[in-house]
Amino acid sequence: MTIATFPPEPTPEQGWGRYFGFCTDAKVIGIQYIVTAFFFFLIGGLLAMVIRGELITPASDLVDRAVYNGIYTMHGTIMLFLFIFPVLNGLNNLLIPTMIGAPDMAFPRLNAVAFWLVPIFGFLLMASFFVPGGPAYSGWWSYPPVSIQNPVGHLINGQGMWITAVALSGVSSIMGAINFVTTILRMRAPGMTLFRMPVFCWTALAAQSLQLIGLPALTGGAIMLLMDLTFGTSFYRPEGGGDPVLYQHFFWFYSHPAVYVIILPVFGIFSELFPVYSRKPLFGYVYVALASFIIVGLGLIVWVHHMFPSGVAQWMRNLFMVTTMLIAVPTGVKVFAWLGTLWGGKLRLTTPMLFCLGGLFNFVFAGITGIMLATVPVDIHVSNTYFVVGHFHYVIYGAAVMGIFAAIYHWFPKFIGRMPYEGLGKLHFLLTFIGANLNFLPMHPLGLTGMPRRVSSYDPEFTFWNVVASLGAFLLGVSIIPFLLNMLSAWIRGPKATHNPWNAIGLEWLLPSPPPEDNFGEEVPTVISRPYGYGSGQPLVEHQDEIERRLALQEAAA
Amino acid sequence: MTSSSTRSINTTAVVGLSFWVGLMVLISHWMGQQAHRWLPVQASTAAPLVDDLFSFETAIGTFVFLGVVSVMVWVMLFNRAEKYDETDAIPIEGNTRLEVIWTAIPFVLVMGIAFWTIRASDQLGTLGPMEHIHPRNPVEEAGGYLGDRLPAEQVEVIARQWSWEFRYPGTTVSSTELHLAVDQPVTFRLVSEDVLHGFYIPAFRVKQDVVPGRAIDFNVTPTREGVYRLRDSQFSGTWFAANQADVVVESAEEHQEWLQKAARAPLQPGLSLAVSEYATRQARSNPGWATVPPAPPPQVNVPGSPAQPHQA
Repeated sequence: MTIATFPPEPTPEQGWGRYFGFCTDAKVIGIQYIVTAFFFFLIGGLLAMVIRGELITPASDLVDRAVYNGIYTMHGTIMLFLFIFPVLNGLNNLLIPTMIGAPDMAFPRLNAVAFWLVPIFGFLLMASFFVPGGPAYSGWWSYPPVSIQNPVGHLINGQGMWITAVALSGVSSIMGAINFVTTILRMRAPGMTLFRMPVFCWTALAAQSLQLIGLPALTGGAIMLLMDLTFGTSFYRPEGGGDPVLYQHFFWFYSHPAVYVIILPVFGIFSELFPVYSRKPLFGYVYVALASFIIVGLGLIVWVHHMFPSGVAQWMRNLFMVTTMLIAVPTGVKVFAWLGTLWGGKLRLTTPMLFCLGGLFNFVFAGITGIMLATVPVDIHVSNTYFVVGHFHYVIYGAAVMGIFAAIYHWFPKFIGRMPYEGLGKLHFLLTFIGANLNFLPMHPLGLTGMPRRVSSYDPEFTFWNVVASLGAFLLGVSIIPFLLNMLSAWIRGPKATHNPWNAIGLEWLLPSPPPEDNFGEEVPTVISRPYGYGSGQPLVEHQDEIERRLALQEAAA
Repeated sequence: MTSSSTRSINTTAVVGLSFWVGLMVLISHWMGQQAHRWLPVQASTAAPLVDDLFSFETAIGTFVFLGVVSVMVWVMLFNRAEKYDETDAIPIEGNTRLEVIWTAIPFVLVMGIAFWTIRASDQLGTLGPMEHIHPRNPVEEAGGYLGDRLPAEQVEVIARQWSWEFRYPGTTVSSTELHLAVDQPVTFRLVSEDVLHGFYIPAFRVKQDVVPGRAIDFNVTPTREGVYRLRDSQFSGTWFAANQADVVVESAEEHQEWLQKAARAPLQPGLSLAVSEYATRQARSNPGWATVPPAPPPQVNVPGSPAQPHQA
């Protein structure tokens, strides 16, 4: 390459308008995804507050039982389909092209369509609160026959809207997945072989492959459910010869891998950030990269562990227990690699690093309860109890959401061009870490003593731990205030960020902050070494000194 | 990791590390013992097996968790960058021997746990219910009475939105409170009239989904007299949380006595909290979001008491 005109002139301020329109710039789409996701995060969080408000006393006394069921169903649905998947797709949009030196995604218009489906099915789901009979109430699993009972009797009903929204979410995710996979495979910078690719891209590739394999099963299963609900077919209806357990196979064939779609990119975030903030290369890069794909392979053959008490044969229970347990091995490789990275490093406990460390702590705990859940006899006792609720909230909130916060604090300067505030960030971390543990740890003793999940009332012996969990939840609710404050004030008037405020290694840090619309444009640097060359002094790309000098000059001139 | 770089302080490191690992073993063992206290009373033959497995996993899990957290705390205390130190650490790219070790040890560990579990499952004798699943009999579908046709030790459990009904073998007795004789193996025949339900008695450590259109046979042996809770564990709609029943485990003589007394009792409406709550709800001017109406309470000999103290 030549770097005659590098860096490109900063793109002139384009105003706020583009964030509200059909824009094909991946960086705009990324921010659209993330902001939309956090809008729904607040709604889902508000519903969680109502749930914990109801459960602070044994009786069903805050909301009607039907309302409670609708609220817990919508909490789960919103958090998964309208928060966590969109926020991760937002990060994918921001990070994948800049990390691999691509000017944009492979299919920019498809990318924009995939995003705009999110507000559309989000609106559909929100609208279901206002139709006669209220929203779907059968849990985010929507197991038939409960989900096809349609008590209100109308053609337009909450459950039908729910299924339509989930199917649209699937369509959006498939579009996104095609785009991410193609971009990663076809648009890498010269010299960036697969084994010179940042681990975040490896994990994104792994996660998006899972979407492509798994989503058709869920979408097909959902369409059959909609037909049973609306047209009276009998795919799952026992009185018509259908089998309700069949749905569970369709559902979990996708929805267990969906957990890896969520957690793999978070592993990617940990693998990016631990080296930066301990100033050491990622320990065992190749093993960490490959472990993602072992998780993909195993992740596709574990789904029956969600159905141990559903009526499956013992040999099947044993088989799926073994595959489930094997996932601990590649996951362990990653955890030990992060510890190896930290060991002997020069740690900087910045906000993103604290979120990573907290996330790793919670993840290890969740992994241990995960092994317990994999063992059939223990699972039989605690499945469908609060033990499971505690387990997956440790995974999703304790590890994934904390990793996502880490990513936001880490890459905010790059894509917004301004620095977030450390004080507020650390306060946010502290409240999140304490709140999450106070909220989700008590769920384990509750489940072990036999409190089922999804209950709107419970026997008085469960009161103590429920009160603790509710207080933790309210603290978690408060923890979002410093985050929002930080993001808004940093975006409006935070100090200007340099091109590489964390002294990190990676193509995205060789771009101005924020990067110009087509990133490196025609002048993509040639990658000459592996990522994470901390301490070796080896440059990542050709002419790296010159690129950095010019970036610094440009910053000095601004 | 430490062997080459800390050769000079080898003895201190080895002693310190041994001490710490020994302490972690002790703590893990103690946690394993504690684990029994986090579970309900053991009231079936299944319970000790499940609890021992859980205790074992708690001990192993505690050790792994402490190990990881120890490293994290250590590096946060002793591997922090000095103030104003902008330099990088010594680059270590990886170590193949370590990779092999930390792939092999977890592999052996989880396979060991899996082996133990499979053995425990065999002992539990919870044969996969799939072998016992059969389509429901048309007579049964029509509501015909089953008691006389069932094998001697079989209790039929009928789950509905939202009540539990129990019919006893060789008698005409039915109840909405489950009565069992201690130390006597019992086979439940689980059927559902409407949607999925979960047959879950925490004190017995057993759980089995009740699937409409199937009859699932399911064995358990109660081992401890007392009153326990049966809870619906698979979400079944509006009054899911209220779909509970009491399980009374009594001596064989008491059980016979109860059966005889129950056989003489007239049929009356069984317990269904949902039915009374539904009536209150419908009386409101705006009953709220739609709900499936509860099935009428089953007509039984013994409804049981709604406010009986239970042990787990």
